Amino acid sequence: MSLEHPRRRDLWWAFAAISGLALSGSGRVAVAPRIRSVLNAASSFTYKMQRLLIGAHRLAPEYSEADISPAFRPNGSIDPQDEDYLKLVGNHFVDWRLKVHGLVEHELSLSLEQLRALPTRTQITRHDCVEGWSCIAKWSGVPLSEILLRAGVRPEARFAIFHCADTLDDGESADPENIRYYESIDLIDAAHPQTIVAYDMNGAPLTVRHGAPLRLRVERQLGYKMAKYIMRIELVQSLSGLHGGQGGYWEDRGYEWYAGI
Amino acid sequence: MAAVPSPDRPVVERWYFRHAALVRATHWINAVCFVLLLMSGLQIFNAHPALYVGEQSDFDHPAMSIRARLSENGLVGETMFAGHSFDTSGILGISNEDGQISQRAFPSWITIPNNQDLATGRRWHFFFAWLLVLNGLVYFTWGCVRRHFDRDLLPSRRELSHVGREVLEHLRLRFPRGAAARRYNVLQQLTYLMVVFVLFPLMILTGLTMSPGIDSAVPQLLTLFGGRQSARLIHFLVASSLTFFVIVHLVMVLASGVWNNLRSMITGWYDLGNPRTPDVA
Repeated sequence: MSLEHPRRRDLWWAFAAISGLALSGSGRVAVAPRIRSVLNAASSFTYKMQRLLIGAHRLAPEYSEADISPAFRPNGSIDPQDEDYLKLVGNHFVDWRLKVHGLVEHELSLSLEQLRALPTRTQITRHDCVEGWSCIAKWSGVPLSEILLRAGVRPEARFAIFHCADTLDDGESADPENIRYYESIDLIDAAHPQTIVAYDMNGAPLTVRHGAPLRLRVERQLGYKMAKYIMRIELVQSLSGLHGGQGGYWEDRGYEWYAGI
Repeated sequence: MAAVPSPDRPVVERWYFRHAALVRATHWINAVCFVLLLMSGLQIFNAHPALYVGEQSDFDHPAMSIRARLSENGLVGETMFAGHSFDTSGILGISNEDGQISQRAFPSWITIPNNQDLATGRRWHFFFAWLLVLNGLVYFTWGCVRRHFDRDLLPSRRELSHVGREVLEHLRLRFPRGAAARRYNVLQQLTYLMVVFVLFPLMILTGLTMSPGIDSAVPQLLTLFGGRQSARLIHFLVASSLTFFVIVHLVMVLASGVWNNLRSMITGWYDLGNPRTPDVA
């Protein structure tokens, strides 16, 4: 009785069959590499749409002192056991230096004292973990743009990479450098006024649990972007040479590089 | 014997073209998106199976949580909602996975992917969220242009006055046939309007409110929903409502003639019943 054109009807059956397959076998289908690459297209679409709609300078909401969480949950590494990091902790980070290198005019090596002498920004912001929870804290630090201004970003640079001191995996690797935490952001977020490298949290120096001596705040993205225990900031043209090539520790393990969602 | 037209029984064509091609296409795309979004959404929920009121997480006082707890009888699944705790072992909190007790909020058979994998769950969720939104925009634009909403979904005053009778008829699983089946009945109209104009928009808006990027562009969303964690709670509750809708919808489809309904949503053609046989009511 159908008045449908047969070819169109075939399309319907194909659609129904594919959906049925996807639903019934979702466990195996869900992680197939070819499907993953199709799904990942949505992430770059989200990135482009958010960059288009939000613009470069919109600020993340800021809160009042009364909103600060009494118990801000630390996540990721909370007590790094890396030997060189423990040495820095033992010496109250007197020997610690923030190195800025890569596609810059002048390499920098800044002590905590020198960082504290640079222009400061303090902000009370909400930290959203990819797991779903949120906590609010007050952060003080140097706007990343102030540091990049002093280093002089070369025109071919596109991303800032943050190399950290902590090894997140407990697995013993032949080359521990491979699994120390790393993250990256584009230069739009790097130049954003709320993007700071923070040395204070709620008015006191960062504790080890929260990333002492220096952690990143990228307020328009999720928590895993906000690298703790920063050792080096490297300016690069492409992220392909960084470990798995996806631009971050969790990105190389399947998470989105753009975590504004 | 052919049907004889008479004033009290006008001749009704047996085959009625009920659903336009665009409605059928967007319906099925939406159905697939909804199921995949629900299953990947439960995967995401499992990464932190607790919901809160307000802007942030007061970890000791969730509005709702699902967890595994060690009791004197061993591991139990405990679901807490607004201060009341329920033992939900087997389904929520702890579940049986290939003979092993698995500690997870929602069981593996209802999440995408089956194992605990937040990264992949998010990829699925956001891909099908985009598809759902684009599909919804096509449906909405078409519905406005073709006046689908005010013609087919907006009940008239007379139809509205039949709500009580319709509820009774539905409870007895008695459905209109013949000419009366050409239009959605008032319960369908109100439910579909609610789903299209309230529940799905709420899903999308609360979903967007959880995005820190969107919050910087549209902080009003946070005010509207009372904070990011409230938005996450509402997202969960509205998803539950939509799941309830889908279950009732499927029961109604089964009860009112599964093949006729399926045919009309696939080919467009709905069988109003043979006009020669009197309505069996």
